[in-house]
Amino acid sequence: MNSTLFHYASPQIFFPVAGKLIPWFSVLAGLLAIAGLYVAFFVAPTDATQGEAYRIIFIHVPAAWMSMFIYVVMAGWAAAGLALNTRLSGMMASALAPTGAMFTFIALWSGALWGKPTWGTYWVWDARLTSELVLLFLYFGFIALKGAIPDPVRADRAGAVLALLGVVNVPIIYYSVQWWNTLHQGASVSLTRSPSMAATMLLGMLLMALAAWMYSIATTLTRLRNIILERERDAEWVRLQRTAA
Amino acid sequence: MGSTAKDGSVSEFLAMGGYGFYVWGSYAVAALCIVIEIWTLKK
Repeated sequence: MNSTLFHYASPQIFFPVAGKLIPWFSVLAGLLAIAGLYVAFFVAPTDATQGEAYRIIFIHVPAAWMSMFIYVVMAGWAAAGLALNTRLSGMMASALAPTGAMFTFIALWSGALWGKPTWGTYWVWDARLTSELVLLFLYFGFIALKGAIPDPVRADRAGAVLALLGVVNVPIIYYSVQWWNTLHQGASVSLTRSPSMAATMLLGMLLMALAAWMYSIATTLTRLRNIILERERDAEWVRLQRTAA
Repeated sequence: MGSTAKDGSVSEFLAMGGYGFYVWGSYAVAALCIVIEIWTLKK
């Protein structure tokens, strides 16, 4: 096993590292969001069929990507915690959940506001929309379950099992547009074929997606530091940290 | 061309070709979520 990884798996070692990284990711998130919004509203052309309504894509698609990606990462940390018994893994999973839930909500909300002008309805119970809603409930369930168990070790284990059971929903969301007949359009961007949109539209979307990544890392690390301080509050190094701050 | 800022006024930009409610409704709520998340983290 890689001993460096285990070195950083110690909350005490990771705490100052996270503290140094947060400002960088925050600044990057801000700059990428400014660039992304500029391309989204001033560079990308009006869509031939949807007019200006399509500009919701620049918030909707990055949020939907993050909602799924964060869940997979969260389940990965949960699995690592179960397998390796590392304290930081469960904390990492806890730190990711609220940001994941937030992006899921933004994806659903912006999707509803996009659905109304393009499909004529805010909501339909079709495969893509319903499975994304299930994702939101999985995040809520994970947060509530962990919050309901006072012992952090048991909370981490119970949360990890729920996170791993729920991860099956992610491919269902992703492939729902292929597996079922749905109102939702297919993927606009894929690794196997060229994108079905103008280059500037794609650029705006990728910039916003990168901004969402940097934002997620910054907020997760900030929350992780809060969780570390709370859980290790009786440890000597946390007390020293408190008096120093 | 539609009502992007390239050729139009500010009010035309805000109107988003008649889709202003949907477009800004999406961005405003996303921005609000981000503000709330950062605010709760700062506390």
